[in-house]
Amino acid sequence: MTPGGTPGAPGVVVVTGVGRYLGAHVAARLAADPRIERVIGIDPPESPGEFADLLDGVERIRVDFESLGGLLADLDVDAVVHLALITAPDRQQGGRSAMKEQNVIGTMQLLAACQRAPRLRKLVVRSSTAAYGASFRDPAVFTEETEPREVPRGGFGRDILDIEGYVRGFRRRRPDVTATVLRFAPFIGSTADTTLTRYFSQPVVPTVLGRDPRLQFLHFDDALEVLHRSVVEDHPGTYNVAGPGVLSLTQAIRRAGRVAVPVLEPGLSGAAALARTLGFGRYGLDQVDLFVHGRVVDTTRLEQEYGFTPRSTAAAFDDFIRAHHGGVVVTRDQLAAAERLVLDGIRQVRAAVREGS
Amino acid sequence: MTGQERDDAGARGRFRVPPAAPGPDAEPARRNGHRPASPPAGPESSGRSPGKSEAPGRSGTAGRPAGPEAPRTEAPRRAGRADDAGPAGARPETPGRDGPAVADRPGDPWDRKVAGALAFLRRRLSGDYEVDEFGFDPELTKAVLHPPLRVLYRDWFRTEVTGVEHVPADGAGLVVGNHSGTVALDALILATALHDHHPAHRFLRLLGADLVFRMPVVSELARKSGGTVACNPDAERLLRAGELVGVFPEGFKGVGKLYSDRYKLQRFGRGGFVSAALRTGTPIVPVAIVGGEEIYPMLADIKPLARLLKLPYFPVTPTFPWLGPLGMIPLPSKWLIEFCPPIPTAHLTDSADDPLVVFNLADQVRETIQQTLHKLLERRPDPFGP
Repeated sequence: MTPGGTPGAPGVVVVTGVGRYLGAHVAARLAADPRIERVIGIDPPESPGEFADLLDGVERIRVDFESLGGLLADLDVDAVVHLALITAPDRQQGGRSAMKEQNVIGTMQLLAACQRAPRLRKLVVRSSTAAYGASFRDPAVFTEETEPREVPRGGFGRDILDIEGYVRGFRRRRPDVTATVLRFAPFIGSTADTTLTRYFSQPVVPTVLGRDPRLQFLHFDDALEVLHRSVVEDHPGTYNVAGPGVLSLTQAIRRAGRVAVPVLEPGLSGAAALARTLGFGRYGLDQVDLFVHGRVVDTTRLEQEYGFTPRSTAAAFDDFIRAHHGGVVVTRDQLAAAERLVLDGIRQVRAAVREGS
Repeated sequence: MTGQERDDAGARGRFRVPPAAPGPDAEPARRNGHRPASPPAGPESSGRSPGKSEAPGRSGTAGRPAGPEAPRTEAPRRAGRADDAGPAGARPETPGRDGPAVADRPGDPWDRKVAGALAFLRRRLSGDYEVDEFGFDPELTKAVLHPPLRVLYRDWFRTEVTGVEHVPADGAGLVVGNHSGTVALDALILATALHDHHPAHRFLRLLGADLVFRMPVVSELARKSGGTVACNPDAERLLRAGELVGVFPEGFKGVGKLYSDRYKLQRFGRGGFVSAALRTGTPIVPVAIVGGEEIYPMLADIKPLARLLKLPYFPVTPTFPWLGPLGMIPLPSKWLIEFCPPIPTAHLTDSADDPLVVFNLADQVRETIQQTLHKLLERRPDPFGP
């Protein structure tokens, strides 16, 4: 089998995690690209068969990551896109231990298999801006070179550090493979369903008292675009992928028309733990840390290398607001009406006083 | 302070007032030329002038020509929104992003102020404002954080600012000052005074200790007013973006020194600020601040208590902790702030990692500040003088 017709574009692409939202969309998008001959979606055997309608042009293989080794070699794989990460523990699917199993052990096994795949030319790994950890001594803006000053408290952040460590090892052992690590900011968009979109969809939103973290979001469609380009073009290295610009948490909540309820930080950590044990909500220490420290990354390297600028954080968030206007408590028009009412009231009172005097 | 001394100082042109003008009984703030004598520093300082003309505004038609005004004030009430396109050129009533939701009535400062405040409130509540990547919120800083500080530096500390012309009008600059006062009030005063006195009304982006960013509420106020953690990546990022950065290299050694050590510059750390300036080729503007040492004179430092509370020091001042919350009121010392001529660094960009160059430059900055401090102290024989 020859590589794809376009230089750089791989012939056979394996996408992991196609049973999840991001993986399914990426696989569908790659399958729609004529430059790519085959898209193979890999999924653990026990995963639910969601997104089947999306995955028409995708060959799905249900296999454990342990038995991947021979498979990747047999398939003559040119590129691997590793998206099978779990961002928050889910009680129904085994909680934190299953999450770690999937994130850390799964990545290890996948990379071991990749190492033995002779034709492999490209590896694209999903990472997260959680790789920068959270510390009070952190610089305000992280560049790709910034080292985490403290190991994050949250499970996902720790997994991300492990995963990037394994990719570094892989790069040393297979320097011929173009390895791209994409550190994504939290996804948001009109259709994406993530921990953060659920958080902002509540009418009353808990925040940490005395903290107004700076947040960045990435529109889901821009994430797809960057992943797509990473597969068909050559972009070795590590890149921050986020919408330029910043929203503070309270600003985002106000723009969404929700009401912020500041909670003392120990209270929020406790509440997060309680919600976890009771089985509703999937907020963990990852989220609490994000809401204390905030996280802003520099995307200059992405823009220069890819020639692509994701839509701004504010624009991405606006798109989310338009799609989730259901639970709005205070709308912009109501505020403007209230302003008009108060101003008119004051004017009338003053005019009355003036006439009286 | 005797009259003779004051006349001398005036003759040398340091107090920017005619030597003959002030009598000993004149109000101090006015004598320093901060009140109406000086031209208004900008749009936000115009808050004072309506105060003076508030009598005509309040007493309705008494103070102004009644003819054209009276019918116009009737119109909005009776005709509701119909007066939008009125001859007075009132703004349309649809809420713009910045304008008030209700068209203002021309010629009525109080009405404008109320409408402006309401529009501000609406913008804040609907999240219609911008913060930069460091969390700096210029609108909030100008409207909410600066006014109380302005009262403090202008009326309480009677601050005199000289040498603002040494601060670049545009582009990056690194303002390096002496730190003092037990509580780092001098940084906030410097930033507000610089914003008010500088012709371009530049914001000073302060670099703060990580202790500031550990504390809830305080950390957010620091970020919203343009501050960030004192570390080289942030400093260089701000300087590359052409911002004016303020730094106090003495850190806690400067703020937490005893009153007996006042105006003695402490060690300047490792000179990280110099390498940040060198890497970005930014001029360094030394600034000497006199007055900060007397606001909370620190007589002793209870070290065990500081260790217990995880603070760098625990101050004992004449009023704190004896008077409780009253001890938090700063003593009304007289402040002088002088910006010194900038030290260019553009020719040294390659030596950013050369410790010798860095230490020499840090020493030069330190010496400049120390000498300017002595000069300013001579000008201010009485710390609590007018």
